[in-house]
Amino acid sequence: MNVKRALTIKGIRDGLLVTCHKGSWNEMVEALNAQIEDQPAFFKGARLALDIGPCEVRVADLSALRDSLSERGIHLWAVLSTSPVTEATAQNLGLATRLSRPQPLVSAGEAKSIPAEAAKWVRGPLRSGTRVEHDGPVVVLGDVNPGAEIIAHGSVIVWGRLRGVVHAGAAGDETAVVCALDLSPTQLRIAGEIAVSPPRRAKIQPEIARLVDGRLVAEPWQSG
Amino acid sequence: MTAKVVTITSGKGGVGKTTSVANIAVALASRGQRVVCIDGDIGLRNLDVVLGLENRIVYDLVDVIEGRCRLRQAMIRDKRLPELYLIPAAQTRDKTAVSPSDMIRLCDELRPDVDWILIDSPAGIERGFRNAIAPADRVLVITNPDVSAVRDADRVIGILDAEEKGPVSLIINRVNSDMVRRGEMLSVEDVLDLLAVHLIGIVPEDENVIVASNRGQPLSLDGKSRAGVAFQNIARRLMGEEVPFSELETPGLWQRLLGRRR
Ligand SMILES: Nc1ncnc2c1ncn2[C@@H]1O[C@H](COP(=O)(O)OP(=O)(O)O)[C@@H](O)[C@H]1O
Ligand SMILES: [Mg+2]
Repeated sequence: MNVKRALTIKGIRDGLLVTCHKGSWNEMVEALNAQIEDQPAFFKGARLALDIGPCEVRVADLSALRDSLSERGIHLWAVLSTSPVTEATAQNLGLATRLSRPQPLVSAGEAKSIPAEAAKWVRGPLRSGTRVEHDGPVVVLGDVNPGAEIIAHGSVIVWGRLRGVVHAGAAGDETAVVCALDLSPTQLRIAGEIAVSPPRRAKIQPEIARLVDGRLVAEPWQSG
Repeated sequence: MTAKVVTITSGKGGVGKTTSVANIAVALASRGQRVVCIDGDIGLRNLDVVLGLENRIVYDLVDVIEGRCRLRQAMIRDKRLPELYLIPAAQTRDKTAVSPSDMIRLCDELRPDVDWILIDSPAGIERGFRNAIAPADRVLVITNPDVSAVRDADRVIGILDAEEKGPVSLIINRVNSDMVRRGEMLSVEDVLDLLAVHLIGIVPEDENVIVASNRGQPLSLDGKSRAGVAFQNIARRLMGEEVPFSELETPGLWQRLLGRRR
């Protein structure tokens, strides 16, 4: 087997993108290790994003790889995959699951060109260290704990308590909203605006946060 | 008969993992259970010190794994109790000397001969942590009632869930009733509200713990102190007994419930 063919390596803005074309997780790790052994100087100190296609990986395996890379001075920061299991694993380890960083300050004109994507459903609780990123809206069924992060190009709806960090409209959509049964985020952003949670209100009620004239406001949820 | 493997871990360091392993082990052993403790904190071993067995170490975990001694030779017997053993960590080796599959193999070898295998995990979520949880049938996550320890516990619980090591049980250690009453510390209620997991023990802040650890005489050996009783209750709950949480264990909770009704 020619292991090296199993990988392609590309320089990207955020470091190196390694794409694994086929094979099992173990074969991919083996191929990657062989490549690193071949060119240690090239990899040393690199920021690595790994695209593993449909391959399913669990936390134990992915964190083992991350540790072994970090022992060799390579920083794994993103894992891209079409497998929902792998994506959840990466989220759990706080790894990015997409390459582009959110760009908070883009013009409204640009925002219109964002394709309307299907919402991403996540079952909570999202615990500390979890990071969920999505091109469209995100819906969480359960709590979002302090230390968890949601970065969505669309709106964010939390059927539970929102106490982590949320960035809605992360690609510039100023019409994005954030709602939660208990809206007490550590930090809340919509498009380019940032707010920290006000001190705890006496009454906990569902609230919705949005941008009004460029300012973030949160108000109780009113139906109709 | 086959042993249950219980790993105690925390995310944050210094919250009381080693203290808990030593005390729960002693409490189980004094109820007639056969117990082996494994110190998984390689490079920073101290379970031997807390158990007072430091001066009897000849072989350690890495010696067993690398085949320099037989398993039995590395098991130090605690003479104060009928069947309590310690497999110490290596002091001078780094954690890469042990892998998760080594730990699984080691525990499988021990299982037929004992009732409990307790593993003391290092802090963090790296290699040493993964070694410690790999063989676990049950994981106890320990935290203190402060924001950063709870945050780390939350993170570890998320990872354990993803690794299908859950559902985990929680120990809240170093609860200081005066501070809770004054609102200077998270209450048991606050911690449970956030972590939403099964609670197996509440251990009060107790200076006897520190004295006992320094002497190598775990508190639950005699068991009259508040923390000693709390550790014994955890051992009883592990054994499947229904032990209600006493007021001693939950000072803040009762205070607040009473306060609310008024
Ligand atoms: N309930 C308690 N009351 C008072 N001191 C405690 C208690 N639990 C632990 N300690 C002290 O806290 C310190 C750290 O405990 P240790 O068990 O070594 O933590 P870890 O293994 O998680 O790093 C030790 O000095 C120990 O004696
Ligand atoms: Mg320790």
